[in-house]
Amino acid sequence: MSGAKPLEIIARRAALELQDGDVVNLGIGMPLLVADYVPDDIQVYLHTENGLLGMGPPPDSDHVDPQIVNAAKQPVTERLGASYFDSASSFAMIRGAHIDVAMLGALEVDERGMVANWTVPGRAVLGVGGAMDLLAGVGKLIILMTHRTRDGVPKLVRQCRFPLTGIRPADVVITELAVFRVDKDGLVLTELQPGVTLEQVRAATEARFRLAPELVAAGAAG
Amino acid sequence: MGNDVAKGKRMTAAEALARVKDGATIMVGGFGLVGAPLHLIAELERRGVKDLTIISNNLGEPGVGLGRLLQLGRIRKAIGSFFTSNPDVIEAYSRGELEVELLPQGTLAEAIRAGGAGLGGFYTPAGVGTLLAEGKEVRELGGALYVLERPLRADVALIKAHKADELGNLVYYKTARNFNPLMATAARWVVAEVDEIVPVGMLDPEAIVTPHLYVDAIVLPGQASTPVPKEASQA
Repeated sequence: MSGAKPLEIIARRAALELQDGDVVNLGIGMPLLVADYVPDDIQVYLHTENGLLGMGPPPDSDHVDPQIVNAAKQPVTERLGASYFDSASSFAMIRGAHIDVAMLGALEVDERGMVANWTVPGRAVLGVGGAMDLLAGVGKLIILMTHRTRDGVPKLVRQCRFPLTGIRPADVVITELAVFRVDKDGLVLTELQPGVTLEQVRAATEARFRLAPELVAAGAAG
Repeated sequence: MGNDVAKGKRMTAAEALARVKDGATIMVGGFGLVGAPLHLIAELERRGVKDLTIISNNLGEPGVGLGRLLQLGRIRKAIGSFFTSNPDVIEAYSRGELEVELLPQGTLAEAIRAGGAGLGGFYTPAGVGTLLAEGKEVRELGGALYVLERPLRADVALIKAHKADELGNLVYYKTARNFNPLMATAARWVVAEVDEIVPVGMLDPEAIVTPHLYVDAIVLPGQASTPVPKEASQA
């Protein structure tokens, strides 16, 4: 692997999934980093569920408007062409499939692509935010997560141990080791991150997955 | 909405909240502290009302906004989508002092909208197959699964807008809008805290977000409330 940090590897690769003109919702945490890596030759429009389409980068400290924030309640800016709307309109955009792409973090993804990203067993259930709405409604669901927990436990699992966020599977899962796509039969490994071997991915993954034909052709399986 | 037209809708916070009683169900606007009516919440604290059911996305921050009412033990139940950003909520809940009803954020917003729009409920795909759909009707419609959610209504809504005219038409500011226009529609008594009151005719009719028929009282605090988000916290 290169010397880059896992989060940077993930965010950089995730940005390549975006297409010119996409309306994109970036989840709090790591997904927000993707905004820094959007290719210069495309224009995307960032939606934040607290009521802004056309979100710009964080302001410098002299230009903070405390009433322009993202879903993490951090100060952000508005771009030319931005619009503000109430929370019901914002979630109508989400559930109504008007958001082309959502990038969200996850605690676990199972081998069918099902996502657990809002709570852990045994803890009082006191916060969900917009995760379930996003899962249910966005056009393309891309999960960004480290391949394993800090303790080395695989996060791509046979079946989620944590409570599911919904019944809609992810379309793409991007980790610092690999890229998976999800089809009707489950996870397909489509890409190894630079310098990563198939053996490393297998060792770090509990879920069963298939190899994309292009990977087989490239000799990754050998 | 029965207020005295001759007197108009301009009131002090004390006048506007005089009718709030113990046990009331109160909607409170805001996404965290952004767009929260902090002066009206302070007046609730001063009045000492208790056993409140609060419908709001969050319960403020520790000791600030609704978080202050929570510390004082005035809130019996909270209905919202993200309470984990205030550790006091977790403590009060685990001590059995606070009841919590958790909804996906879009469901919370739509339930308030439905309450204000006279609907009996709505079917949403959000939450199907999760802990939050347990005990609720799930139905297949057009080949997909949806969960039935009930509308929310309240005795009182406390909202924050940017400007009002003397009739009570409201415009909002940036992401401080959030749940406020929805809550304006879904309570029997709606109080708007504003930064400025302008004469009728000074707001562009095309720009008015909340028409005056929803608004019962307008409160202009002594100073504008501009909450500053302290640190990144999840929503």
